[in-house]
Parts: sequence; C-alpha cells; structure tokens
Amino acid sequence: MKELSLNILDIAMNSVKAGATLIGIHIIETDTLLTVDIVDNGCGMSQSTVEKLRDPFFTTRTTRKVGLGVPFYVLAAQQTGGDVTITSVQEPDPAHGTDVHGEFHKDHIDYTPLGDIASTVLTLIQGYPDIDFEFSHEVDGKHVKLYTREIREQIGDIPINSFEILHWIQEYLSEQYNN
Amino acid sequence: MKSIEELAKIREQMKSKMALRESEGTIRVVVGMATCGIAAGARPVLNTLVEEVNKENLTDKVTVTQTGCIGICQYEPVVEVFEGDNKVTYVKMTSDKAKRVVAEHLMGGKVVEEYTIGANQAV
Repeated sequence: MKELSLNILDIAMNSVKAGATLIGIHIIETDTLLTVDIVDNGCGMSQSTVEKLRDPFFTTRTTRKVGLGVPFYVLAAQQTGGDVTITSVQEPDPAHGTDVHGEFHKDHIDYTPLGDIASTVLTLIQGYPDIDFEFSHEVDGKHVKLYTREIREQIGDIPINSFEILHWIQEYLSEQYNN
Repeated sequence: MKSIEELAKIREQMKSKMALRESEGTIRVVVGMATCGIAAGARPVLNTLVEEVNKENLTDKVTVTQTGCIGICQYEPVVEVFEGDNKVTYVKMTSDKAKRVVAEHLMGGKVVEEYTIGANQAV
C-alpha cells in the first residue's frame, strides 16, 4: 500500500465485516512514533483465529485462498521495527470486539507515510452510514476528532452519507488539521 | 471555525430536497473495496464517483456503494454499473476514467467500451 491510511481503511473493513456497530480509529503521533488502534465491537474472534491472522493463506473471503490485509499491515509495521498486536473477545461475551494495535517508527527509512487519513474516514462513512465511527488523531499538538454520533444528533433523519454532509465532514476535518 | 451545530442549519436546507430524493436510484454503481481494490487505488476512484454524481445532480438516479472482493483482483480497481438486469464491469479504473464513465455512461447512457473488462481481457 502506498499510504498507511489505505492499510487502516482495509483493516477497518474487517470490523465492518465483523458486524460492528461502533468502530474507533485512534492515532497518536510523536516525532518518532505513530500508534494506531482500530477498535470495534464486532463479533470478535477465537484465540486460534487471531493466531492465524498473520498467515497470508488464511482468509475469510470465498473468492480466493489468499488474505493479505493483515499481513500487509503487519509488514508495514515490522519493516519500521514496530509491530501489530491483535486482541479479541468473541461473542457471546458481552465485551466482544477486536483491537488492532499498530506501532510504526516514523524515523525508519521503511516507514510508509500516513497519507490522506481524512479520506479513509470519509470512505468508511460513505460506505457504511449505519455504523458509528469515532476518529481521533493527535499530531503536532493538535487533537483532531470526529464522532459520527454527534453529527447524527444534529442531522436527524438526513442520511450521514448524503453528499452535503460528507462535504461538511471533509471541511470540518481539514479545518482541524490546518488551524 | 466550523461547529457541529452548523449541521442543524444544513439539515433544514436539505429537508425539502430530501423529500424529492425518496425514490431509490435506478442505477447502482459498485466499487470493489477489498484489500486488492484498495491497494490498486479504489479509494480515489470511489471518491471521484461520489463527487461527480453529486456535481452532475444524478443523486436521484444513481447510488454509489462499496463491496468486497469481486474475485478479479488483477483488474482492480473494478467498478460495476447495474441498471435493471444489465451489468457493465469497468476495470483498471482511475479518477479520470471514473469522470468519463459518469459523463458518458451515467449521463449519456453510452457504455465506455474501452474501459470494460471485455476490452481489457486480451492483455
């Protein structure tokens, strides 16, 4: 992947598939380290499934026998000296859900830049308007935040993925980054 | 600086418009957004489709949605256009190609043959 934000989009799609109603993407950046938590309240996985995730020949897709989403993400972390840790609690435990925690060393030559993370957030909202997203990004002393629940409270029955709302969200995020 | 409360105003403005928008679109545009699609550049293609469909006022007629792996990863980014019983599969898409599909196919009703899987299979 050309940008880490594309990996993040791809990993978040697994949360969508897990039937999550709430997906959090939380990024904290310092000068040298970027940590990402992709957290969901989806169905979760058994310990044995979690152990298999790093294997490219393990996949839930039915179209072919290769699943590269998690392996790509792990590679992007490990090639900087970082790593990805996945913890999951499976249904019927009421605390079910998954946390994919990634650490990336920004000062390593093989670090993949984060790229257009706002576009990743917008893509998720556009495709999955019924899921609540919580996005936060701490960088350069700024704390960028977007909670779709707060937006929903304001717009009532207007779909959150109508263009006008998506456009507003885009500007809302870009203002937070640029101010 | 934008505040969340601004959205209430946008909501009021949109209410009248939404009443007209009740009818489901007759054309469904589907973008493959699995690992293969995303890695090949599907995110900007999707965003361009959403923008262009709105810009050309096609939102009553056209809905843009996402799907998982379509099974032809080597042709990603893949965009499928469903209209009635017909399906057109566009392959190796880019933002520029997406603009042409909106203008010629979604607005003009003419399939952009050179971007279809049929025209790209011999490669």
